[in-house]
Amino acid sequence: MEFRQIATLAGKEFWDRIRNRWVLAVALVFTVFALVIAYFGGAQQGTVGFRSIEFTIASLVSLVIYLVPLIALVLGFDAIVGERERGSLDLLLSMPITRFELLLGKYLGLAAALAFSTIAGFGLVAVVLASQLNLAALFHFFGFMLSSVLLGLAFLSLAVMVSTFAADRTRASGLAIALWFFFVLVFDLLLLGALVVSGGKYGGEIFPYLLLLNPADVFRILNIFSLDDVRTLYGLATVFPRALAEPWLLGLVMAAWITAPLGIAAWRFRK
Amino acid sequence: MADTSPAPAERIAPVIAVRSATRHYGAVRAVDGVDLEVAPGELFGLIGHNGAGKSTLFKMMLGLIPATAGDIRIDGSPVTGSSFRAVRRKIGYLPENVVLYDNLTGFETLEFFARLKGVSTSECAPALERVGLAHAARRRVREYSKGMRQRLGFAQALLGKPRILFLDEPTTGLDPEAIREFYVILRGLKADGVTMILTSHILAEIQERVDRLAIMAAGKIQAVGTVQDLREQMDLPLWFRVRLAHEDFDHVRTVLGGLPVTAVEAREDHVAVECRRESKMLVMQALALLGDKVLDLHVHEPSLEDVFFGFSD
Repeated sequence: MEFRQIATLAGKEFWDRIRNRWVLAVALVFTVFALVIAYFGGAQQGTVGFRSIEFTIASLVSLVIYLVPLIALVLGFDAIVGERERGSLDLLLSMPITRFELLLGKYLGLAAALAFSTIAGFGLVAVVLASQLNLAALFHFFGFMLSSVLLGLAFLSLAVMVSTFAADRTRASGLAIALWFFFVLVFDLLLLGALVVSGGKYGGEIFPYLLLLNPADVFRILNIFSLDDVRTLYGLATVFPRALAEPWLLGLVMAAWITAPLGIAAWRFRK
Repeated sequence: MADTSPAPAERIAPVIAVRSATRHYGAVRAVDGVDLEVAPGELFGLIGHNGAGKSTLFKMMLGLIPATAGDIRIDGSPVTGSSFRAVRRKIGYLPENVVLYDNLTGFETLEFFARLKGVSTSECAPALERVGLAHAARRRVREYSKGMRQRLGFAQALLGKPRILFLDEPTTGLDPEAIREFYVILRGLKADGVTMILTSHILAEIQERVDRLAIMAAGKIQAVGTVQDLREQMDLPLWFRVRLAHEDFDHVRTVLGGLPVTAVEAREDHVAVECRRESKMLVMQALALLGDKVLDLHVHEPSLEDVFFGFSD
């Protein structure tokens, strides 16, 4: 492995996103949405203003589940196919680097841009809310930020995979949007439907494990806290057995969701 | 004349050695059993129409496209597999219609590629200087003209002082003055012993500038050699334009009677006589017998253009 060349590729992707203000725009979106949710999230219940970190995080989780996968997919869907379509891929491939190094460099650069904007965006929220947070709350919020980054990295990995399969950018964007629909909107509905159709007789035991097949659900489970009155906000994820909801175990599942699509992308891109 | 033409493959190990290289796309044979050798320090031209298979062959030689069959070696090593990195460090590549990054400046572009090649970024400024882009180093590629992009692409290929240069349609977008400057740079590289292979579909441009060339059509190498070799291999007929003092067409016919000419035609102000190359001297002697009846005599040798179209049609 030529780490300096990988760092060169990653650096270019990262600085491209800094220069064209992508990182700034995404960070601002996160900050603004998060603050709006923190202060007005309880408006439906007739209260306005910051209530508790649990409520805030529970609301932010719903936001992040829609937003982060979408942003990650848009960020990465043309990583390879975009270079191919523009005509700049051949020159890159003629360099003394392997295809895997090229893919990894691109992924790491995009991942750095996404992680940086997520941490900057939500970090700013933590700074604004700092006066109202105790140590435990900060710890929860930190966990939420970290899991948001992992969720982004998983969907970025899927996006890069799409970029190695699609024949052109148009198809790649279609595939990316389809993945978003499937994991964010359709997946839980399908599981619920299966549960209802079978009258709950079959699959009751394996049901929680099926949730691990969706990185968005893994993200939800990672963010469930003990406070019972917010548990309903997490929907299906609450059926997951508490005994299995170990952060390190779920972290490993997320790591698998990050590495597996990237591995498939590397296999697909090898020739 | 044929004796003086280089036969590099026999004595010195070729820098580029392609054997039976084939690439199929479904039923389409983009490259079909190509054999090719380029000697050290040689400036080699690959000519053919668009779609003849030149760019595909180039990408196969660079290891960008795997061969369906055959063997390709650069400096004795296969272009793929464990030796690929060592091979890549020896080569510079200018792709056809090179696409660079609009958001980078010329200098940043070269820095990026220098780092990817693992060479010092101190090479960037001299490379820009060499292709005449020093004045535009800090401007973004977005603002570059087609010709400037082509020059920047060429500067990129020169990074790392490659021993072998692959230049795919290198003069596209350059004006005649820039084309002349480009070949001056190539001559300098040749003097340094750099081996170069370039493609073109403009024959007039490369025929006087390359050591040897290959004509490619329909995925096959139709002919290889010096311009002179190709003319002889093709055995295209010669034309004599004979201007006569009087319109004595029949007399010419009589004189040429029994000689191996392939056509005699009366044109507006001359008689055109076509014959095969080996009959050239016989025909000339016969025409000399006409004495002062001949006002002027002009021999039309087949041009490389004729050779090229003869092979690719």
